Amino acid sequence: MKKRKERIDRGIKARSGDIFTVCSWREMTYLAFPRLLPIVGCLLLPLILSGYWQKVLLSVAVFALLAISWDILAQSSMVSLGQALFFGMGAYVAGVFNHYFGWSPFVTIPLATVLGGAFCTLLLLPVLRLRGIYFAMVTLIIPLMLVRVIEASKIFGGTEGISGLSPLPSAWVEVYVAVAALLAALFGFRRMMDSDYGLVLKGINDNDRSVMNAGINIYWYKVQALFISSAIGAFAGALMTHVYMFVGMPVFALDYSILPIAAAVVGGPGTLAGATLGAFILVPLSELLRGIGGLRIVFYGLFLVIFIVALPEGLFHYIQRKYFQFERLVEVEK
Amino acid sequence: MNARPLLQVSQLRKAFGGVQAINQVSFDVSSGELLGIIGPNGSGKTTIVNLITGFVKPTSGEVIYKGTNITSWAPHRIVRLGVARTFQMVKPFYQLPAYKNMIIPLYSPRVKGLAGGKYGDRNAVALDLLEDVGFERDSFVAYKVASVLPQGYLKRLELAKAIALQPDLLILDELFSGLSLAEVASMVPIIEKLRQEGKTIIMIEHRLKELFRIADRILVLNYGTKIAEGAAEQVMENDAVKNAYLGTEA
Amino acid sequence: MFWGTVVYAVINSVSLTLVALGFNLTFGISGVANFAYGAFYIGAAFLCWIFLNTLHLPYLLSVVIAVLTTTGVGALIYRTVLVRVRGQALSEVIATFGIGLAILELFRYLGFIGFEYTLPVFVDKSFMIAGAFVDMQRIFIVIIGAALVTGLWLFTHYTSLGLAFRGIAQDERTALTFGMNSDWIATLSVSFGAGLAAIASTVIIPLGTISVSEGYDVLIRALAVCIVGGLGSTGGVILASFVIGFAERFTDTYVSTHWTMIVSLAALLIVLIVKPSGLFGKQKELEERI
Repeated sequence: MKKRKERIDRGIKARSGDIFTVCSWREMTYLAFPRLLPIVGCLLLPLILSGYWQKVLLSVAVFALLAISWDILAQSSMVSLGQALFFGMGAYVAGVFNHYFGWSPFVTIPLATVLGGAFCTLLLLPVLRLRGIYFAMVTLIIPLMLVRVIEASKIFGGTEGISGLSPLPSAWVEVYVAVAALLAALFGFRRMMDSDYGLVLKGINDNDRSVMNAGINIYWYKVQALFISSAIGAFAGALMTHVYMFVGMPVFALDYSILPIAAAVVGGPGTLAGATLGAFILVPLSELLRGIGGLRIVFYGLFLVIFIVALPEGLFHYIQRKYFQFERLVEVEK
Repeated sequence: MNARPLLQVSQLRKAFGGVQAINQVSFDVSSGELLGIIGPNGSGKTTIVNLITGFVKPTSGEVIYKGTNITSWAPHRIVRLGVARTFQMVKPFYQLPAYKNMIIPLYSPRVKGLAGGKYGDRNAVALDLLEDVGFERDSFVAYKVASVLPQGYLKRLELAKAIALQPDLLILDELFSGLSLAEVASMVPIIEKLRQEGKTIIMIEHRLKELFRIADRILVLNYGTKIAEGAAEQVMENDAVKNAYLGTEA
Repeated sequence: MFWGTVVYAVINSVSLTLVALGFNLTFGISGVANFAYGAFYIGAAFLCWIFLNTLHLPYLLSVVIAVLTTTGVGALIYRTVLVRVRGQALSEVIATFGIGLAILELFRYLGFIGFEYTLPVFVDKSFMIAGAFVDMQRIFIVIIGAALVTGLWLFTHYTSLGLAFRGIAQDERTALTFGMNSDWIATLSVSFGAGLAAIASTVIIPLGTISVSEGYDVLIRALAVCIVGGLGSTGGVILASFVIGFAERFTDTYVSTHWTMIVSLAALLIVLIVKPSGLFGKQKELEERI
């Protein structure tokens, strides 16, 4: 007797697919749970974690933001190998405004978000008309080159960077701002990508001539996606500038480019939630592995390769599938 | 009928490297007519469409639509003026269901402008449009992912995407290719209805019998040059056309 | 000083060509952007060092084995990893990037850092050319660079495998109908690219030390040269190397050493704005057969 694997929706999933869900607590909980878990979890975690792990949570939020930014770009047909560019640009704008003009973090951070995003978008504008691979290459090179430029021209503090910047009011503010931004970005941009606007962006990824043929200026939409993503990255950079009270060449480090990609790939590209999940897994993991030093990055590299080849859908899709469906073996019908 | 032709193509030339794909082609299309463009393979029919719709820039020559010179305009700007085309090799969004495919044209600035800046429910409009081209509502075909649809439905989807843009000039590139006789017969009424709505249509076709029944005028291309133009019967009696299709005796 | 700078500029340009040649070959033929290129470059040099210092093999033999091993590793990586993700640009980029990262950081972790990691020059002699000291190794770079370029040209124009390479590069589908095995050719293109990286590294590295960060630098320079010259075009790569090479050298002599990278960055940005597909680029803007 030959058997095949069959996947069907769970009973509760089928029951909760309709308006009648609102009549049943069980079904409502089933739907709400995956959304409430991260929200409640993220809001409560800072209260129960010690100071060191609070910093880790902060780091998780920042890398998750970078991963979300990467994912939005990837869904819009742009593969970025240089999230560090967005991060570093935001970091420097915030640092410069704080140091040379003395503006408070509550002014520099929003300013850096918008201006940093604008600068990065302008910088990458010429590449948008080319094939995707150019975008990947240019985003890889530019942060690395910018490091050399800063080193050579010694602007903005050169190799030493700018230190003694204003901090945020307290560690609580730091963590909660990061977490709040993460939750807002995750749910807000998920909404955006599910809307018709997001459909256009995904269409550009799928078949850009078809979108052009529908009377839509794909370059303008790519610019918008790029601005949104780079603004998110710039926000992360600006926030960290004020957390560390320092900005320097390390903000363009390869680490900030690679870890977000690894997080998105491990968690599942194509869903912003996957990127977040990946960050929640990889960042604490890398903290735990701090003892092994440089081997960390070797692991990131291997993770990237293994996941992209063997489990390209990512962990989030896998979990989602398990949550909504179950598998069983059935006989092959004659 | 307007005094000024809707579309004027004059002295178009296009060379790809050393190959002269289009050589001094000129023709006019009047508002409300159905022009058929035929010719052997490789004669440049799709290139003409690409030149008119902005996907390829001409080496020289002009394309004038509604009095505006649209030569070398970007495709999306031309679409906004009211020109829509289908692709010979259909380009659906394979990952999306059929009706979601329609959302993208419905999102375009052209539709937004015509609707006065507001839309209705795009999903409902999409389903209606698909029904108009033959996606039976009660079989829920419109909800199927495009990658599982057969060619007949994909061609209809392609047509629906073009119609969604509410064009004044509709260019159909080999719409009938790959379809059975029954499928072609079922699509002809759709085209007739479009004509009744006052749309101008250009059809590139290989299936001459079906085309001659509905076309007002025929234009024949061979090796990038226009070799005949006129009513269907005239054109088929033309010696040059016969040579192009059937060849000459050695 | 001027002619001395010119001489050094020529040498710099040829070494840039050497470095970019492998990457360009792989991409031009099979469309695979091999982001592990830097890892191959440094990996070959380390392999050579290991053969030389730990196994005490003669120098020339070490070089040859290192080159062949790298070529083999390139083929292996294609066969095990890339063949599964072929055609999906995102996955290819990430996979090669991940591999390159893992290899380079592994070397760094295993402690291959320090001044003792050098490769000896082939022949220890110097000449005076046009008022500048030029050591024999640099002359070797020029000779080998010219030889490789000529060899590649002859290979792709006169051997059946080389012609197959060009066929696949121009139109993969048509080449398939002629019976060319696209997977096999792609394997070869990745491994040849890796081999060229190895050759370049064994010739250039003796000028300095083997350092892991050089691996990233090499990738940047290869990318910059290829983008400026036009991906897939050997002529473009040569021209771009000379443009960038001369610009860098003259900046170094007449302005300051630190600004050379800025020159590369500026060249890159200018090309992207003015002619995005590169000097001899064959990549048209989204133009293809509809």
